[in-house]
Amino acid sequence: MVSSTTMRMSDQREDQATPQALSNTAGFRSLRSHGVVARVETAPVKAAVEDFSFYYGDFKALKSISLPVHEKRVTALIGPSGCGKSTLLRAFNRMHDLYPGNRYEGAIRLHPDNTNLLSPGVDPIEVRMRIGMVFQKPNPFPKSIYENVAYGLRIRGEGNRSVLDDRVKEALQGAALWSEVEHRLHDPATALSGGQQQRLCIARCLATNPEVLLFDEPTSALDPIATASIEDLIHELRDKVTILIVTHNMQQAARVSDYTAYMYLGELMEFGETSQIFVNPTRKETEDYITGRFG
Amino acid sequence: MNSADIPVIRKIIQRNKRWDLIFAIAGFLALLLGVLTFLALFVQMAYTGWERLTPEFFTNFPSRRAAQAGILSAWVGSLLVMLVTALSAVPLGVAAGIYLEEYASKNLVTDIIEINVTNLAGVPSIVYGLLALGVFVYGFGFGQSILSAGLTLGLLILPVVIVATREAIRSIPLHIREAAYGLGATRWQVTRDHIVPYSLPGILTGVIIGMSRAIGETAPIITIGALTFIAFLPASPVGPEFPWLSFEWLKSGFTVMPIQMFNWTSRPEEAFQQNAAAAGFILVLMTLAMNATAIWIRYHVRKDIKW
Repeated sequence: MVSSTTMRMSDQREDQATPQALSNTAGFRSLRSHGVVARVETAPVKAAVEDFSFYYGDFKALKSISLPVHEKRVTALIGPSGCGKSTLLRAFNRMHDLYPGNRYEGAIRLHPDNTNLLSPGVDPIEVRMRIGMVFQKPNPFPKSIYENVAYGLRIRGEGNRSVLDDRVKEALQGAALWSEVEHRLHDPATALSGGQQQRLCIARCLATNPEVLLFDEPTSALDPIATASIEDLIHELRDKVTILIVTHNMQQAARVSDYTAYMYLGELMEFGETSQIFVNPTRKETEDYITGRFG
Repeated sequence: MNSADIPVIRKIIQRNKRWDLIFAIAGFLALLLGVLTFLALFVQMAYTGWERLTPEFFTNFPSRRAAQAGILSAWVGSLLVMLVTALSAVPLGVAAGIYLEEYASKNLVTDIIEINVTNLAGVPSIVYGLLALGVFVYGFGFGQSILSAGLTLGLLILPVVIVATREAIRSIPLHIREAAYGLGATRWQVTRDHIVPYSLPGILTGVIIGMSRAIGETAPIITIGALTFIAFLPASPVGPEFPWLSFEWLKSGFTVMPIQMFNWTSRPEEAFQQNAAAAGFILVLMTLAMNATAIWIRYHVRKDIKW
């Protein structure tokens, strides 16, 4: 009953699509040319993956991926282990540049300035300053809670104590952690629980107001209660920042995301609104994966 | 499996456990050999030199009369040489280690450097002495001075410092590094704010272990020409006039603890043997104190750094 309602809602949204919206959304055309059904939303595109391939040495890990990432929406990347979803996510802030032998092809364009994040002329440090990342395992620095959140500001040259204090507080509030840590900001971050550590890592990203926030299986090391708190947080954050999340938990993708991309063996199999992907997938492979027949 | 098999299983377990016991005994004996040898030497020295361990022993210069001879010039010399050693080896070794781990790309050249550094740690110390004699004493004209000796021992422990630095850096998990880079930090910011502070306990431990090796070194110091009979102290490093710091002491002649000890053991009189034992006892105590510091650092500084 619930699912059929969702389906009807998504159908209505599709009907509202306008030709202008279509042409505004770079990356959609190439999507359609790959035979994936494109759904049009009113949210503008924040980032567009265009014909993107990635190589670990000679191994082609990602094959001509094209995908829009909508502004202030949550886009989930799902697929079985080894499908390349984390590889794609890590390309968004050039993490692959830290290790030798990795090679990009194609483009990831960040709007509105249309900067190709992968271009050799674009400094990976600039990319990472615009796009934050939350990792699989909570990875706070072995410093105080305060210094963890302030670090991104410090490397941007912010030394004013009262500015730092304000921004740290704001970020911790944004990550729903403030009330738990406000009286022990100078305690070591590693003394926090796993879920708190992960929210601290989110606060650390939020402190510098990133345009896009990447989540790489953010709850896979957490217990169900901590997982729920992170998911709630993602729900709240979607009004403020564009979110891209990799998850191997399909229920999580269904719960937190507006759009879902299903990947398999380095290829994008299907992309669409989450309600459509989960209720009415276009491709048989997607359906098999989602219903648990495979993967 | 039925219950009739239980005696069989018990027999197997018993047989397997016999090797546990055999190894436990063998390992304990091996351990005992090391500990007892050290204890025997230490107690022997303490016993022989005990009556010479008076306050005057530390404040007297060496003398022809055994009863008046002391180790003042030796322990001051050891201290100053160690200071030069630390000041030269630590910055060089830490910088080299950080460069190799964080900055250098992994290729044939860095592989060769790596093998070289490892091999340097195994070069006999007398060879460092010969090198230093040619380079520091004559080449740079530093003479038979504290500076030459400190730099020589600095070279000697450099590979130890480099290896300790690299090990400490390697123990920092990848995900901590990625967190810092992910926020947009440059390599230098990551090094300054994360790599160095988190690897500091490991680096310090390595440095102190290197230093406790250096403090007992005799061969390279003799090679560069340390004197065995010194009845004066080097110039004071702090002076009454501007700029209040003096570096005259670097050029001073010197002796160190192991050389003083060696000098006394080569005398025929029994009384000097007592002096040697007393000096040896103090030297071992100095080394033990350094190792204790290393252990203290490991436990107390490292406990704040968890991942």
